[in-house]
Amino acid sequence: MSLGSIFDIAGSGMNAQSIRLNTTASNLANAQAASSSGDAVYRGRHPVFASVQKSVLDSGFDTDTDLNNSSSAGVRVLGIVESDAPLQRRYEPHHPQADEEGYVFYPNVNVVEEMTNMISASRSFQMNVEVMNSAKQMLQRALSLGQ
Amino acid sequence: MSISFEKALGIHDSALILRSQRASVLANNLANADTPNFKARDIDFQQLLKDRMRLQSDTIAMAATHARHQPGALQADDSQLLYRTPQQASVDGNTVEEQVEHAEFMQNTLAYQASFEFLNSTFKGLKTAIRGEL
Repeated sequence: MSLGSIFDIAGSGMNAQSIRLNTTASNLANAQAASSSGDAVYRGRHPVFASVQKSVLDSGFDTDTDLNNSSSAGVRVLGIVESDAPLQRRYEPHHPQADEEGYVFYPNVNVVEEMTNMISASRSFQMNVEVMNSAKQMLQRALSLGQ
Repeated sequence: MSISFEKALGIHDSALILRSQRASVLANNLANADTPNFKARDIDFQQLLKDRMRLQSDTIAMAATHARHQPGALQADDSQLLYRTPQQASVDGNTVEEQVEHAEFMQNTLAYQASFEFLNSTFKGLKTAIRGEL
């Protein structure tokens, strides 16, 4: 049933986007979390997306082949990677966490980048919701066939 | 005398199935709008519908000259899922253009509803014919 699979596909998209929004929230919350050493400081986190390929075994050997068997089925988050952008080293000798030379390490979070990420994630999430709504309407109409 | 549903319903039930399959292909494109290196896909609706209709009509079906011949089935495989050519190339290799996919999805939903209305009215007509009242 291909209309039913839309719920899985759009659901996986919503899940991926909410993970992305989650990492953005974490990055923004920790954007000013200073530390005295470069190892202990927070680093920006970003999810890695990949499309789910439906395996041949999964589709089985049914004679009723449809398009879904050969297409991919949604999106998944492969993992969350830490950004290796250079850390911000600021000279703040009065900061309680400053090292001997008076420097403090700040996370490598770019706030502007995170804001655009947030907007993009929320728009993509909305789009998946719309797709799911349309699929729901189509399915509801199909159920009322002949009435 | 029996009613042949295949003849009564015509093109619309095939169209409805194909529309729902296309909806899932387009939904997949939209779900992968932010996936690097994902290539947007779509089907050639007209060609596929033609293929299915040819398969349904008995006149052009493959001739079974032996008792153990199987009826030929339309294989919807990878070759029928085409790749979309993007209007603007993206740096991360993703060819999904949200506005294009969204428009196609909406149009597909409307066409699904149109096919549905035709199919529904066919059933209503059949029902009226069975009841024999106006």
